[in-house]
This record gives sequence, C-alpha cells and structure tokens, in this order.
Amino acid sequence: MLTGNGMIRLEKRPQPSKKWTSITPFLAVLATMFVGGIMFWALGKDPIEAIRIIFWDPLFNPQFASYARPQILVKAGPLILIALGLSLGFRANIWNIGAEGQYIIGAICGAGVGLAFYPSEGWFIFPLMVIAGALGGFLWAMIPAILKIKFNTNEILVSLMLVYVAEKILVSVSLGLMRNPEGGGFPGSRNLQYYKAASNPELISGTGMHWGVLVALTLTCLTYIMLTKHTLGFQIKISGQSNKAARFSGTSPSVVTAICLGVSGALAGLAGLFEVSGPSGQISIDFNVGYGFTAIIVAFLGRLNPFGILLAGLLMALTYIGGELAQFMLGLPAAAIQAFQGMLLFFLLAGDILTNYRPKFTYKKRL
Amino acid sequence: MDFSALNPVALLASLMIAATPIMLAAIGELVVEKSGVLNLGVEGMMIVGAVCGFITAVETGSAWFGLLGAALGGILISSIFAFLTQVLLANQVASGLALTLFGLGVSAMIGNGYTGIKPPGFNTVNIPLLSDLPFIGPAILSHDPIVYIGILLVILVWYFLNKTKNGLVLRAVGENHDAAHALGYKVIWIRFSAILFGGMCAGLGGAYLSLVRVPQWTEGMTAGAGWIALAIVVFASWKPFRLILGAYLFGGVTIMQLNLQALGVDIGIAYLSMAPYLVTIIVLVMISSNHLRSSANAPGSLGRIFHASQ
Repeated sequence: MLTGNGMIRLEKRPQPSKKWTSITPFLAVLATMFVGGIMFWALGKDPIEAIRIIFWDPLFNPQFASYARPQILVKAGPLILIALGLSLGFRANIWNIGAEGQYIIGAICGAGVGLAFYPSEGWFIFPLMVIAGALGGFLWAMIPAILKIKFNTNEILVSLMLVYVAEKILVSVSLGLMRNPEGGGFPGSRNLQYYKAASNPELISGTGMHWGVLVALTLTCLTYIMLTKHTLGFQIKISGQSNKAARFSGTSPSVVTAICLGVSGALAGLAGLFEVSGPSGQISIDFNVGYGFTAIIVAFLGRLNPFGILLAGLLMALTYIGGELAQFMLGLPAAAIQAFQGMLLFFLLAGDILTNYRPKFTYKKRL
Repeated sequence: MDFSALNPVALLASLMIAATPIMLAAIGELVVEKSGVLNLGVEGMMIVGAVCGFITAVETGSAWFGLLGAALGGILISSIFAFLTQVLLANQVASGLALTLFGLGVSAMIGNGYTGIKPPGFNTVNIPLLSDLPFIGPAILSHDPIVYIGILLVILVWYFLNKTKNGLVLRAVGENHDAAHALGYKVIWIRFSAILFGGMCAGLGGAYLSLVRVPQWTEGMTAGAGWIALAIVVFASWKPFRLILGAYLFGGVTIMQLNLQALGVDIGIAYLSMAPYLVTIIVLVMISSNHLRSSANAPGSLGRIFHASQ
C-alpha cells in the first residue's frame, strides 16, 4: 500500500474478519460522533450538548422521551423494512438504489385501493391495500430487473432514474387523481387515519408500534432464516462472491437478479403503504422523506445482516429524532443530520480496511 | 396549440445552456472511469460545487471566483472518495453512494441562508462579426464563456487521452491495473488525480447550474443531473466526442419538455417533466442491448479494487 519499505503493510485476509465486521460499526459511530461534534462546533453549537441531544435525550430526557421513544419505532419500521430488501441485492452485487421510488409507488397503489373503497367498511380492505402496496413496489423494481436481464442495462442508473419518475407521479396524483374532493382544493388525498377500514393505527398506545413495525420485525427473523438455512440464501451469497462459482452451483444470475430486485421493491412498497396508511396518513406532494436512501446506510451499517439491520435501523431512527430535537433546541440546520448520516457511512467504509486486510508491522533491520 | 411560438434560435440557445452542466460533469467522470474507477458520487460532487460556487460568487461578487470556489469544493469532496477507495481500498459503489448522500446533506447545510439570492452572472461572449451572424450568431455564438470552455474541455480530454503519453498511461491503468503496476506506473496516484479531476469538473457543472442555468441556490437543485451525467458516459461508450452528442441530446429533451409545458400541451406537466429521466433509461437500454458496442470500449478494470501485493 502506501509505504513501500517498512512499517505498515496490508495483507489481504483470505476471508473478511468476523471480529472486525462486528466491531467496525461501533467504531464508525464513535468516529462520527467525534467528527460530527467538530462539525456542530464549526456551526457555533456546543458539540457535547448537540451529541447528547441527538443520542441521549430522545431516549432518556424526562421532558421529551415520552414523545420521542414511540417515534423511534415509527421511523425505524420503514428503514428496517427497506434495508432488509436492499441487503439481499447488495450481497449479490445487485444495486437497487431506487427504493425511494418503489416506496412512493407502493404507497400510491396501496392508498389507491383504500381510497377506491371509501367510505365502505370491511375487514378485507386493509389486507388488499397491503397486497397492492407490495405489488406496486415489486412491479416498479421489476423495471430495472427486466432491463438488466434482457438488455444488460445498469440497474443502478435505471432504478435511480425511476425515483424521479415516481416523484413526478406522486405530484401528479396529489394534485389530480387522488386529491381529496372535500379538501378545499388543497393538494393531497383523504387522510386514511380517519378512514378506519384503511388505516394502520398505533397498535399499543404510546409505543409507536404499528403493523409496519410488526412486519419489519417478523421479516428480520424470516430473512435471517432464509439466508442461513435456505438454498436461496446460499445462491444470493455465492452470486456476490463469484459469478462463475454461482453458475457451477446451478444458480441462474437472471433469477437472482429478479428475486433480489423484486423482493426489495416489494418490501419498499410495503414500507410506503404502512407509512401512508399510518403515520403520514395521506398521499401528498412531500410524502417521501428519503427513507429509501437512508436505508442504504442502514443496510451497510447493519453489515447486510438482518439483526444488524434491526439495530442499525433503530440507531438511524434515533439520529432522525435526535436531529429534529437538536433543530428545535439548538437551531441546528435540518440538513446537518443528513450530512451526519452520510459521514457515518464514510467511516464505516473506511473501517472496512481492518475487516478485509490485516495490517502487518515490519521493521527494517539496521545494518 | 401554436407551435410557431417556438423560436428555433432560442431553442438552440437554451439547449446549449441545458447541456453544459451535464457535459462538464460527464467529461470529468469519463476520465475517472477511464482510469478504472467508478465514482457514483457525481450527484453529490455537483451539488457541493453548486453551493460552493454560489456562495463564493455571492460573497466576492464575481462569478469567476464562484467557478474557482466550485472547482475547489468539488476537488475537496472528491478527495474523500479518493482517500476511501484508493488508500483504504473501500468498495467503490458504496463509497460513491455515500459521497452523494453526504454531499446532498452537507450542501443543504452550508447553503442554509443563501436561498432566494440572485448571484452575479457572466458576461456573454461577443465575437465581432460572428456573433452578429443571422441565426448562428444568437443561437450558438453569443453565450457565456463557460459553454465554450465546456466544449474546449472535452476536446482537451480527447487530446490528452488519445494523443499524449500520460493519457495512454491513464488508459493502461484503467484497462489492467496489475500490468500497469508491473510496468512501474503509480496506479494509486494516477487514479487519485483522475478522481480529483472528476471532482473539479462535477463542481464546475454544479456551479453552472446555480450561477447560470437556474440561477439560484435551492436544496437538492441538481435533481438527478449527476446521475444523468453518469448515464451519458455509458451512452458515449467512454468516447469524449460522443459525450457532447449525449449531453446535447439530453439538453434537447429538457428544453423540448419545458417549451411544451409553456405551450400548455395537453399531456400534463408531471408527465412532461418525466421525459428527461425516461429518455435516459431508453437510451441506456439501447446502448447496453448492443453488447459488442457497449463493452468494447469499457475500461477493463472499471470498479475493481487495486491492491499491490508487493
């Protein structure tokens, strides 16, 4: 590497170190706190106080915790759900970075089904919406999948372009097709929170737990089982390591591409549906807030491991809530927390050198 | 609907302006990819360039200083990517995505308080006689200097890559880094410099958006321009002159949809404004479906990590 003659040399590990794989996320969080603190200090804020407000106060401050704690689950739900799907593809070197678009389309399809039934009541309406949400996200993700399989088109660029297309559709339906006829001309659909058959309410009051969080927790376990016990998990992992080895083991790259993109799209669509029928309540111009992109950080921070993603999702949700709190208490700009999250990913990727390489200390002998 | 309202001179003129930021960012990325590195952070570098350029221009009162600030901002943020991928050997796809996410956040943070200000602009070039020519004069020959600097930069990159020894070395590094290393070339430092050059170009492209094309600073104002620049590099099959074609094609689509919106064409504004993104997808499909053409010119080591074992 850098030094030719002495001191530190890097030796590639035959396999990524398990120890460092689990230590680096914690180191990355610490490094981000430190450098983030410097950033906040540069903005003229007390760094220690800012870090305490972001990481400690949402959980333990007697004044804010009762509001903030449930919000953590509300925000972690979609992040975990989306990141679980993305992690499958990232393992297989299939890069779906358009989850934000699949999230939007899932919400539009799901809410569309709900609104179509308005105002009738029936137990079947919400389940139908869930199916429509997952299907919407799935189909939106199948566009890059099919183009990759058929024409070898780069899925990164296509899935990303489709985010912008989805955002335009969102604006269009908020102003037109799905606008609340009783909304006094304001953009945005009816609020599903007030339409019982189509709403995704808080299940246990004061916890923030809604159906989406429950599904995210269940799928965390199922994904873990799938990855460790099922052939599909093996096929996904081997596709990421070597295309040749994958083909020898009878894995079709096309099938893996379709499954990884399709599943991640369906999960992002589900996340969108649970959000629009629950915490957000309505389709509106500014419905999407970037969960699809933050979930990329969650997937990496969780080391593409389902339980890691669970923890990473909770932590990232904490920074969202803490960021809002710091905005309110210190006047920290809203974007600071986004920069903070990006920084976290930098440190994580930097730390990976210890996972993949072994530093060797060599000393030149003096003659 | 009255199509005679469309003035071909104005259309061509605004096409060149719409194409310039993407062309600038794309030519930088082309050099980066030719050296064997895939930097997906173009969007992040562009937006940092946009905000740095804007702030410098407003504070100094000079658009030229703005460009300088944007170039420095682009170089600075791309150096993070360069350090991660070249020194710490991190995954390039993930590092590029991190760069974009970080850039979007950091630009919104430092641009806080600069919204709604009008930046200083550039004087348009006025070439005696030529700028007065009918049609060609107002359409092509009387823009701000950056439009021509962009084209000049593409020509210089073409010359550098194809006609100079250093260009050959850079391509060799991108084609097969192990062989280049064995020949004694400093793979990491060549790539490092290429990445910084890419950062500078993306920064300039971003500044063109915030200083000329819009001209204003708003959060997330690049709106996918960096990603489209990445797509145009693929479209151009890593050839500089085809990159001009790609950027102008994209500029044309953008201008057409804006003009159709203004004419009140009955398709709906939301659907018209999707056009640039949809066209990008269609173009990508057309290029990539032709295997021979798309892979013939792709750098052999693109996206692979280089670790010298000796």
